[in-house]
Amino acid sequence: MIRLEKRPQPSKTLSLATPLIAVVVTMIAGGLLFATLGKNPFEAIRTIFWDPLFGEYAFYYRPQLLVKGAPLVLIAIGLSLGFRAGIWNIGAEGQYIVGAICGAGVGLAFYPMESFLIFPLMVLAGALGGWAWAMIPALLKVKFGTNEILVSLMLVYVAEQLLASMSLGLLKNPQGFGFPGSRNLQDYASAHNAELITGSGMHWGVVAAFIAVILAYVLLNKHILGFNIRLSGEAPRAARFAGVNPTRLILFCLGASGALAGLAGLFEVSGPSGQVSIDFNAGYGFTAIIVAFLGRLHPVGIMLAGLLMALTYIGGDIAESNLQLPAAAIQVFQGMLLFFLLALDLLTNYRLKFASKGVA
Amino acid sequence: MKLTKLLTSAAVALGLATTAMAEDKTKVGFVFVGPVGDGGWTYEHNKGRLAVEEKYGDKVETVFVESVPEGPDAERVMTQMALDGADLIFTTSFGYMDPTINVAKKFPKVKFEHATGYKQADNVSVYSARFYEGRAVQGHIAGSMTKSNVIGYIGSYPIPEVIRGINSAYIHAKKVNPDVQFKIVWAYTWFDPAKEADAAKVLIEQGADVILQHTDSTAPQAAAQAAGNVITFGQASDMSEYGPLPRVSSIIDDWAPYYIARVGAVMDGTWTSTSTWDGIGAGMVGIGEISDAVPADIKEQALALKASLASGEYHAFTGPVNKQDGSAWLADGETADDGTLAGMNFYVEGIEGDVPN
Repeated sequence: MIRLEKRPQPSKTLSLATPLIAVVVTMIAGGLLFATLGKNPFEAIRTIFWDPLFGEYAFYYRPQLLVKGAPLVLIAIGLSLGFRAGIWNIGAEGQYIVGAICGAGVGLAFYPMESFLIFPLMVLAGALGGWAWAMIPALLKVKFGTNEILVSLMLVYVAEQLLASMSLGLLKNPQGFGFPGSRNLQDYASAHNAELITGSGMHWGVVAAFIAVILAYVLLNKHILGFNIRLSGEAPRAARFAGVNPTRLILFCLGASGALAGLAGLFEVSGPSGQVSIDFNAGYGFTAIIVAFLGRLHPVGIMLAGLLMALTYIGGDIAESNLQLPAAAIQVFQGMLLFFLLALDLLTNYRLKFASKGVA
Repeated sequence: MKLTKLLTSAAVALGLATTAMAEDKTKVGFVFVGPVGDGGWTYEHNKGRLAVEEKYGDKVETVFVESVPEGPDAERVMTQMALDGADLIFTTSFGYMDPTINVAKKFPKVKFEHATGYKQADNVSVYSARFYEGRAVQGHIAGSMTKSNVIGYIGSYPIPEVIRGINSAYIHAKKVNPDVQFKIVWAYTWFDPAKEADAAKVLIEQGADVILQHTDSTAPQAAAQAAGNVITFGQASDMSEYGPLPRVSSIIDDWAPYYIARVGAVMDGTWTSTSTWDGIGAGMVGIGEISDAVPADIKEQALALKASLASGEYHAFTGPVNKQDGSAWLADGETADDGTLAGMNFYVEGIEGDVPN
C-alpha cells in the first residue's frame, strides 16, 4: 500500500531533480503518444532533442536556439521576481507587444535618418513601453486592490487590438501597397538589431537575456530587495513584521517584469521578426510562464529551461516536417512537460510510503 | 561571415545534391499558417498538396508544417525544409512574405512560391486568386435572397484582399436590390471559431439574414444554422456539410491545378519566377454547388454571371462606380486595373462605416 506523507521540509534534492524527471517522463509519455500515431517514437524523440543540437544541420539550429530562447529567458526572469513574491503578472504577452510597438515606433519616427543613437533610444522606449503597460495592473492593485492576474491578462487582448491598429494605421509601411505591417527594420541599418557575429544567432536580445540572468541572480542572493522578495513569497506575515513595504514591492516586481518583457519585444521586432505586424506576437509571454516554473524560479534554472523550451519548438518543427507529425501532437508534448513538472512537485512536498500499516 | 558562407555553401552543395537526385524524387515543402483541419484556407492548400502527390506519385515527395507563426518561426521552418533538400517551397500566408524573401536569398537554387504577397525574386514567384469574382456571384445571390435587406459580413483584417471582396459583393447585391445594406464586423483573425461565431451572432441580432464571411472556420455556418432563417456561403472550402441550408453556395479556392503545374515545371526544368492572379476562368476560384434553397431563376442568373466572369466578357468592377466619398472611380463601362485592385483600401459608394486604420 502506498501512502503520501507530508515532508517536514520540502526536499531540496527533489526540488532540483523534478525538472529532470519531468523531462524524462515527458519523453516516455510523448514517445507513447507518437507511437500511437504510427511514428517511430525513438526517431521522433531523437529528432526533437538530438538533431537540433548534434544533427547534420546543427550549425544552423544551434544559433536558432539562442534566437528562440532569448525572449523566453528575458521575460521569464522578470516574471520569476514577481512569482517569488506572490505577485502574478500573467500579462507579459501584452507588455511584450507594447514594448515592441513603442521601440519600433521610435525607430520608425527617425526613418530614414541614420545615427548610432537611434537603437539605444529604441531600447529605452521598448523597456518604458513594457514598464508602462505593467504599471496599469500595478497601480490598480495598490490603489484599488484589484487582482493583478485578471487585469494583466485582460490587457493582453487590449495590446493585441493596439497591435492590429498600429499595423493597419499609424505604423503601416507607406510603401506597402496598402497591406498591413510596418517597414521592415532589418532594412534600416540604424534600427536593426542585427546579429553581432553573423550566423551566431547572438543579437542584443541574447546579450540582454544573459545580463538579466546575472543581475537577477545577484539581486536575489546579495541584495536586500531580493531578500524582501523571497521573504514576501515565503512568509508574508514575517515580511510585514520585518517592515517590507508591499506597495513598493508590487510596483517593483510588476514594473521590472514589464520592462523586461518590453525589451524582449523590442529586440524581437527590430531583429529576427523585423516588422510590426498584426500577428507579430507568437505567445512568448505565455510560454515564459512555463519557462519560469520549469526553471524553479531560479535565474540559472530559467536560462536552462528557456533553452530547453526553445529546443522543443525547433525540434518539434523539424519532427513535423520530417516525420509529418501533426502540430497538435507537438503542442501536447510541450504541454506534458509542465503537466508532469507540476504533478511531480507533489514529491517535493510529500514522500511516498510503501510500508504496510502493520509494520509502521 | 564565415557561418553565412558555410550556410550558403551547404545550400549550394545541397542544391547540387538535389538536382542529382531529382531524377528520383522532387521534394516539395508547404508552410501552412493554420491547421490542415481548419476546413477552410489551409485545408484547401493541403488538398492541393495531396493532388500533387496523387498526380506525380513516386516522383514527388511532399512535406508540410502546419500552424507556423508568421515571423522568425516561419523563416526557420523554411530554412529547415531547404536544408533538408526541398526543391520547391510553397508559403501560403501573406505574413510569410519577408521571411520567404530572406530564405530565398540564402538558397538561390531552391524555388519558392508565396501566396497573396507582392514581393518577387529570381527564385520567388507570387500567386493569388481573384476571389472577388466569386464575391460578385455571392453578392448577387445574397442581394436577391435577403428579406430583411441587411447582409452581415465578417471581415478578417482590413487588407486590400478583404476590402475587394466586400466591394465586389456589395456592388452586385446592390444591382439586384437597391435597398440592401451591409453590416461589417472585423474579427481581426483568419481562424478563430469562437470569435467568428460571436461575430455571426451579433450580425444576426442586428437583423442580418445573410452572413458572408472572409474567415476560415465553419463556426459562422453553425451559428446561422442555430439561428435559423439565415443563409451563408462556404468560404475557401465548399463547407457543403452545412447545405442545403444555411449554406447555399460557396467560394472554393482550388490550388490543385496551379500546384500541379508548378511542381511539373520544376521537374522538367522550365520553372521561372512568375506572378499569377487567376480567377474563375482558370479554375483557381470555384463556385460551389448552388443549393435548391435558392429559387431557380436566381440560380440561373448567378450561373450566367459566373459564366460571363469566367469568359472575361464581364469584369466584376465595371463602371460606373464611385468611391464611398462620392468621388468618381470608374467611368461608365470602364473596368478596374489590377494595380488599383491589388492595393484597394477604400469602400465603394453606399457602404457605411470606415475602413478601420
